[in-house]
Amino acid sequence: MIGLKGLTKRFAGEPRPAVDALTLEVAEGETCVLIGPSGCGKTTTMRMVNRMIEPDAGSIEVAGRDVTHVDPIELRRSIGYVIQQIGLFPHMTIGENIATVPRLLGWDPERTARRVDELLELVAMDPDDYRNRFPRELSGGQRQRVGVARALAANPPVMLMDEPFGAIDPITRARLQQEFLRIQERLRKTVVFVTHDIDEAIRMGDRIAILRAGRLVQYDTPEVILARPAEAFVEEFVGVDRVLKRLSLLTVGAYAAPNGGTLSAHTISASATLRDALTQLLIKDAEALTVTDDAGQIIGSLSLQRIRQAISGSESHAVA
Amino acid sequence: MLAEAWLYLLGHPAQFAKALGVHVSLSLSALALAALIAVPAGVRLAHRRAGALAAINAANVGRTLPSLAVLALAMPLLGTGFLPSLVALTLIALPPVLINTIVGVREIDPDVIDAARGMGMSGREVLRRIELPLAVPVIFAGLRTAAVQVVSGAVLATFIGGGGLGDFITAGIAMMALPLMLVGAIPVTLLSIGADALFGALQRQLTPRGLQ
Repeated sequence: MIGLKGLTKRFAGEPRPAVDALTLEVAEGETCVLIGPSGCGKTTTMRMVNRMIEPDAGSIEVAGRDVTHVDPIELRRSIGYVIQQIGLFPHMTIGENIATVPRLLGWDPERTARRVDELLELVAMDPDDYRNRFPRELSGGQRQRVGVARALAANPPVMLMDEPFGAIDPITRARLQQEFLRIQERLRKTVVFVTHDIDEAIRMGDRIAILRAGRLVQYDTPEVILARPAEAFVEEFVGVDRVLKRLSLLTVGAYAAPNGGTLSAHTISASATLRDALTQLLIKDAEALTVTDDAGQIIGSLSLQRIRQAISGSESHAVA
Repeated sequence: MLAEAWLYLLGHPAQFAKALGVHVSLSLSALALAALIAVPAGVRLAHRRAGALAAINAANVGRTLPSLAVLALAMPLLGTGFLPSLVALTLIALPPVLINTIVGVREIDPDVIDAARGMGMSGREVLRRIELPLAVPVIFAGLRTAAVQVVSGAVLATFIGGGGLGDFITAGIAMMALPLMLVGAIPVTLLSIGADALFGALQRQLTPRGLQ
C-alpha cells in the first residue's frame, strides 16, 4: 500500500542525511510504527509520505502510484493527517473542524453533516452535544479524538499519525490507544504511526520500524523485534524488560497444554496474556494455572515451564 | 466660553460642516488606503521571516516620526491641499496596521497551519480560512490605533492647506480666541473617542466566537 524506496532527505547545514536511503513497505490495512531516538528521521519519513517535506531522492508509492510527481494538495486530501499538537482550528466548531477535508473536496453540505455525526459517534462523542462546541471547550483527550475524527473525515485509505497521543496524560492515553485499536480493527486503514514510546509501538503496531540516524535498523512484528533484536541498539532500545513486553503480546490460550498436566485451583482466562499468567503464578505461588475459555470450560493448563518455552521461542505460536 | 464656542458654531454652520466633512473624509480615506496597502503587504511579509522582521523594524521607526514632521515632509514633495494631506495621513496610519497584520498572522499556532496544510489546503485556502480569520482581532486592534492617530493627526492638515477641524484651532490660536479653538478641539476629541469605540466594537464583533 505504501512503498518507500531509497528515500533520502538531507537538510541544509546538517552533517548527515535526516533520512538515508530508506526502503520500507507497509501492507494494506496494517499499522506501521516508526520509532527511534530523536533525530532518527521518523517524523521526516512520515512527512515525506504526504509531501509536507519533499524528498531529495527515492520514490514514494501510495496505493500503487508514485506520489512524488502528483499534485501535493490533492495527495494530502486523500491521506489522513494527525499531529501531536492536533492543530484544531480554534475559530471553527468541532463540526466544522471535522468537515474540513469534505469541504475542500466539495461534498454537499448534507453529506458532510451526516459524516460529521457519524465520525463523532465513532470516536465516542455525542454529536448533538459536541458538534457546535469550540476546541477550547474540550479536554486534551477530547481534542485528540476530534483530531482523529477530522483525519478520517473523507475516509482516506492511508493515515499518517505523528505522536498522536503524545501530549496526553497516561490514563487518557491508554484509553485513546484502545479506542484507536478498536476503530482500526473496523476500518483497516493503512497507518504510518510515529512515536518515541516503545510500549506504544508494541501496542499499536502490526509492524515496527526501528530507525537510527536516518537508517532502518530493523523492521518486523513487535513479537519478532522483542524476541530477536537485530542488534545491540535495538535490544537496548526496546528495554531490559523486553521479555515481559513479549509476554504481554502472547495469549494464554495459545500456550495452554491441552491434555491437562497439573490441574490447579487457580484459573485464568484463555484471552489473558502470558504476562498476566506469570503474575498470577508468582502471586499464587502455583505450579500451573487452569485455563478456561469465555464460556468457563476448561481447555487445559499453563505451567511456568510453558511460559519459559514461549520465551525461548521453541514454540512458534500466534501473536495476540 | 463653551457657550461662546457653541454660538460661533451656530453662527457658521456651513463652515463647520465643511471642516467636519473634510476632517472625516480625510481620516476615513487615509485609514482605508492604509488598510488596503498594509493588510495585503503585511500578510505577504508575515510569511517571510526576514521580511517580517525588517518590516516591523521599519514600521516602528516610521511610528516614532511625529505626525507634524510627516506632514511637513509631504509639503515640499506634493505641495498643499487635500491630496498631500491624505498621503501624509496614510503614511501615519500604515505602521500600526502593518505591524499588527504581520504579528497577527505570525502569532498563529504553527501546528494549526501545519494541520491545515497537511489536510490539503492550498496557500490561498490557508490564508482565507485560517490565517485571516485568526488574525482579524489583531488587525482590527491595529486599525483602531491607526484610526485614533489619523483623526488627531488630521488636525495638522491645516498647516499644509488640507482643511479639516484644525482650521478652527489654528485660527483660534492666531487670534488668541479660545472659543474658536474649542470649536475645532472638542469635535476632534469626540471624533477620536468615537473612532476608538467604533473600532473596538468592530474588533469584538469580528473576533471569531471560538476565540472569545
